[in-house]
Amino acid sequence: MTDLTLRANRVAALKAAAKEKILILDGSWGVMFQKKGLTEADYRADRFADYNGQMKGNNDILCLTRPDLVAELHDAYFAAGADISETNTFSGTTIAQADYRLGEQDVWDINFEGAKIGRSVADRWNTENPSSPKFIAGSIGPLNVMLSMSSDVNDPGARKVTFDQVYEAYRQQVDALYRGGVDLFLIETITDTLNCKAAIKAILDWRDEGHEELPIWISGTITDRSGRTLSGQTAEAFWNSVKHAKPFAVGFNCALGADLMRPHIAEMARIADTLVAAYPNAGLPNAMGQYDEEPHQTGHAPARMGQGRPGQHPGRLLRHHARPHPPRGGRSARRHPSSDPRASQGHAPGGPRTVRIGLSDYETRLRQHR
Amino acid sequence: MRPVFVNIGERTNVTGSAKFKKLIVEGNYPEALSVARQQVEAGAQVIDVNMDEGLLDSQQAMITFLNLMAAEPDIARVPVMIDSSKWEVIEAGLKCVQGKAIVNSISMKEGEAKFIEQAKLCLRYGAAVVVMAFDEVGQADTAARKIEICTKAYDVLVNKVGFPPEDIIFDPNIFAVATGIEEHDNYAVDFIEGAREIKARCPYARVSGGVSNVSFSFRGNEPVRRAIHSVFLYHAINAGMDMGIVNAGDLPVYDDIDPELREAVEDVILNRPQRTNVSNTERLVDMAPRYKGEKGQAQQVNLAWREGTVNERITHALVHGITEFIEADTEEARLSVARPLHVIEGHLMDGMNVVGDLFGSGKMFLPQVVKSARVMKQAVAWLEPFMEAEKQGQARKAAGKVLMATVKGDVHDIGKNIVGVVLQCNNYEVVDLGVMVPADRILDEAKKHQVDMIGLSGLITPSLDEMVFVAAEMERQGFDIPLLIGGATTSRTHTAVKIEPAYRRGPTTYVVDASRAVGVVSALLSETDKDRVVADTRAEYVKVREQYLRGQTVKARTSIAEARKRAFAIDWTGYTPPKPAFIGARTFEPSLAELESFIDWSPFFASWELIGRYPQILEDDVVGKAATDLYRDARAMLDKVLADKWFGAKGVIGFWPAQAQGDDVVLYTDETRTTELSRFHTLRQQMDKGEGKYNVALSDFVAPIGQGADYVGGFAVTAGHGEDEIVKRFKDAGDDYSAIMASALADRLAEAFAEWLHYKARVELWGYAPDEAADTDVMIAEKYQGIRPAPGYPAQPDHTEKGTLFKLLDAEAATGLKLTESYAMTPGAAVSGLYFSHPQAHYFGVGKIDADQVEDYARRKGWDVATAERWLSPILNYDPAARARGEAA
Repeated sequence: MTDLTLRANRVAALKAAAKEKILILDGSWGVMFQKKGLTEADYRADRFADYNGQMKGNNDILCLTRPDLVAELHDAYFAAGADISETNTFSGTTIAQADYRLGEQDVWDINFEGAKIGRSVADRWNTENPSSPKFIAGSIGPLNVMLSMSSDVNDPGARKVTFDQVYEAYRQQVDALYRGGVDLFLIETITDTLNCKAAIKAILDWRDEGHEELPIWISGTITDRSGRTLSGQTAEAFWNSVKHAKPFAVGFNCALGADLMRPHIAEMARIADTLVAAYPNAGLPNAMGQYDEEPHQTGHAPARMGQGRPGQHPGRLLRHHARPHPPRGGRSARRHPSSDPRASQGHAPGGPRTVRIGLSDYETRLRQHR
Repeated sequence: MRPVFVNIGERTNVTGSAKFKKLIVEGNYPEALSVARQQVEAGAQVIDVNMDEGLLDSQQAMITFLNLMAAEPDIARVPVMIDSSKWEVIEAGLKCVQGKAIVNSISMKEGEAKFIEQAKLCLRYGAAVVVMAFDEVGQADTAARKIEICTKAYDVLVNKVGFPPEDIIFDPNIFAVATGIEEHDNYAVDFIEGAREIKARCPYARVSGGVSNVSFSFRGNEPVRRAIHSVFLYHAINAGMDMGIVNAGDLPVYDDIDPELREAVEDVILNRPQRTNVSNTERLVDMAPRYKGEKGQAQQVNLAWREGTVNERITHALVHGITEFIEADTEEARLSVARPLHVIEGHLMDGMNVVGDLFGSGKMFLPQVVKSARVMKQAVAWLEPFMEAEKQGQARKAAGKVLMATVKGDVHDIGKNIVGVVLQCNNYEVVDLGVMVPADRILDEAKKHQVDMIGLSGLITPSLDEMVFVAAEMERQGFDIPLLIGGATTSRTHTAVKIEPAYRRGPTTYVVDASRAVGVVSALLSETDKDRVVADTRAEYVKVREQYLRGQTVKARTSIAEARKRAFAIDWTGYTPPKPAFIGARTFEPSLAELESFIDWSPFFASWELIGRYPQILEDDVVGKAATDLYRDARAMLDKVLADKWFGAKGVIGFWPAQAQGDDVVLYTDETRTTELSRFHTLRQQMDKGEGKYNVALSDFVAPIGQGADYVGGFAVTAGHGEDEIVKRFKDAGDDYSAIMASALADRLAEAFAEWLHYKARVELWGYAPDEAADTDVMIAEKYQGIRPAPGYPAQPDHTEKGTLFKLLDAEAATGLKLTESYAMTPGAAVSGLYFSHPQAHYFGVGKIDADQVEDYARRKGWDVATAERWLSPILNYDPAARARGEAA
């Protein structure tokens, strides 16, 4: 058996697993923390006891103040059948944490500790059942500031941050997540592709300094029925803007339910010469802000591919799942000719059969967890 | 079809536009932004932004302008070219663009190390690069220097930096000609020849350039400059130039340039030997002032039909496809009625009804109807301004709106265009999305235009799957409008078995040819007939499916092992396979005139739905008149095609040592036959044939390993370079008849090219039939030795083998042909195939094959079985989905 305590082996195992089945991701932190009924004291613990202001709501800080709870949820996600659990570091950048006036060291610690918690839970699972390896994705979320969109309604050219600032923030997060032990980077819920490009450059530059090459999973967000990202890109434009990262997987998450997301995922599967991933919502929120879509709808959705949703807890089913599918033609992507869009040869509509085989597996698991 | 020439907008450049510079220096960004918007509206597909001006903080100006552009959806939809000679400005720009940017430019001017560093940074931002033909020695002026620098840069980028070759754009420098300095005379030729070679040697890379430089010496004489640009582009694009900084909307059509001026310009551009005792430059300079103004032309014909009433004249013009007087007649009609709309509803519809009746009763034929449509369009165009002016808003009510598209991966559109024209003639509004249209776009446009139905077209087999995908998407998105299916590989059976079940909400109908389109469309839109027609079709397709399934079960197949035992048995003992004159690939660019005599005209008539063999068809009692008129028009156009070289013909042929190994044909690098170069996979018939019959595969025609040293050949040819431009020109002028004619002729010339090359192969290049006479009839009847089966056709139905062939021939670089994701060749006027020389080699159809061969084939191809089933889906003798279910159970 391969030694899964070595990161290189885990990365290899991840790539191998992605060829064989639909991988399922989970990590719906916000809703789960809400259900725990946490108090301001939980968020502060001793470290931030003297913090001036409200810390409650800063879920990422729980990596430092309630590591037990974070570990418990990672464990629950794995127990529900997730292959990948993502770190509780969605807002773990100096820029996103500026709202809480956290210093650089605190933010670094969130990522480092967040990764370590996930690592130790996954390691335990891997020791017990090495035949079904579990992985930790370092969550790199969006920022509350955007590089392509104006920050001032009266000045369309105004920006609150520069590319270099965003780059630096992501670079610190990447380094801390790596040192904490993640197996891959998940740049997710991308609302602005230029922010994402800064994150990509941060990872690639960091890698150039001699760090280990970890897979990158890039997940954009199509915000509404227009079929575009918040910053205005179509699926195809999005792919063309990020493909230089040579991502391990690319796809979309959040905002849309399975049925509305499906065509964009199908489009991505047709143009991207890499794995394709999706983790939609449980439908669009209803008028009450709740998610109506039932597990069987998302799972059996017309999309016929792996789905998941925020708004459901692990006892019931998985929140997110990725659907990396084998690269085009069932072979590894080659430099030529697959780097040329014309030469990357077509898929049957609706994706390859392995997806459907994987889906039945997934459906079984869904049923088990209802 | 060939990718369209990409126009780069250059007005947002402070070094090139005094107006833009003034706006930026004054800080008037809103106005500067409108310059960018105008560029996009005028058709610029890329916006070049340059802020290199001494008075400016270039870096800040770049940041400000790009941030503002990002906020304008109308501008941000095209890519940005960040143009600066200062690297800091470029990098600052890259940090402002969320999409894929283009850097203009980097070069080896300051040495290779710096070049690599900058290229790496561009890659890190995901940007494409323009690479100037510039090195430490200086800027490249001759073709040789351009080629030397660009191929060197390509090698460094691709092999040292890992730069995606498709993201490299070379600018090999366009310099002014006709300057009076003799050393400059060859500059245009240097660019054109340089571009040709760079494209051939640097696969996937693009060539660009600033076109206006070339005519610099004629500043002030815009008509002559435009003529120079037009002629220069004509030749440069044919040589492979992909994009350029040019105001394309301004350019005259190459053919429309006054012949005398065109000749003089062409002499200068191509640096031809001088015709008179003055130099080419002097001749053009002398001539130039005459063209500063414009001039027109007129001609007149008078015929008896002009004596009739305006109604009669319009009907006559429509029926006979005569455009000459239609505007005057339409105007006369307009003045005689209260509203311009009445002319359409009255005079013109009366005439079109006559056309419709004649067509319906078989007295008029498609080519004539298409010509009628041209007249109709012109008349309506005349009336439109008056209807606008009327302001009563009441638009003409079309009988219905039909969206038409050739599906993704496919480039064939002659049939689709004909259907579109026929529908338009019958008062349907047609939204034509063109070729290679992805499903989401089809459906988005369908919603946007609120069309009444969708028509899909395709010619190659992978398009069948794509149509199923579109149908499934329609189902998912809740469409319920009718779906029409047409095109050469489509069939009633496929529509009934595969497409209709994917789309249950709305009716799906197979339209066998253009003449049925109107009937189908009108029935589906009829309030009284629709339900009945839909129900009838559904019932019919249920029967077709049942029939198909019955047919499926009774088609006995023999196992692949058994079939191999019954391989086509050639006695190889004592047979010495002929040896070709060379090993490897060679390119050919015959003149179109050389190909003319190889044209097989019968399929040409078929493409216009006139069925019969040429030349007998011209005498046919029923269609003879239509065929004769069509043929006369075709010959007239062909003369122009040949004289003015409308299309570029490029071909490549190759031969390789080869032996059969099972059902594969192994190709070797050389005569030692030790190193495998590549491998063609073939498919074997599995019909259960009687005793003494064979189950053939193409590999049977090649000597097996251990027998005589054999060879196979391959080729790819096109006569389609330039076709798009010509077709577009006609379409833009509302002349669908000529547009379709041009496409049909390009197809014929491509087929003729294949015939010509095969002939050349037999008598000379492979040389096994040196005494064969060049007799077109013999060739059309395929009475010669050897065959040239094409991947995707009955003897080898797997289109992907074309990929192997193209790689061996390096066909993309050699011919400019490209393969789409469905392995259609583009431009569409193209033919490729393999050559087999054995006297017993013959054409056959593989027919349906069974799972055992599919699994075996998948293994040989290195595919999984699902992939093999997808590419072979038209010939599977089983339903893969049912089989998968069966296995799982």
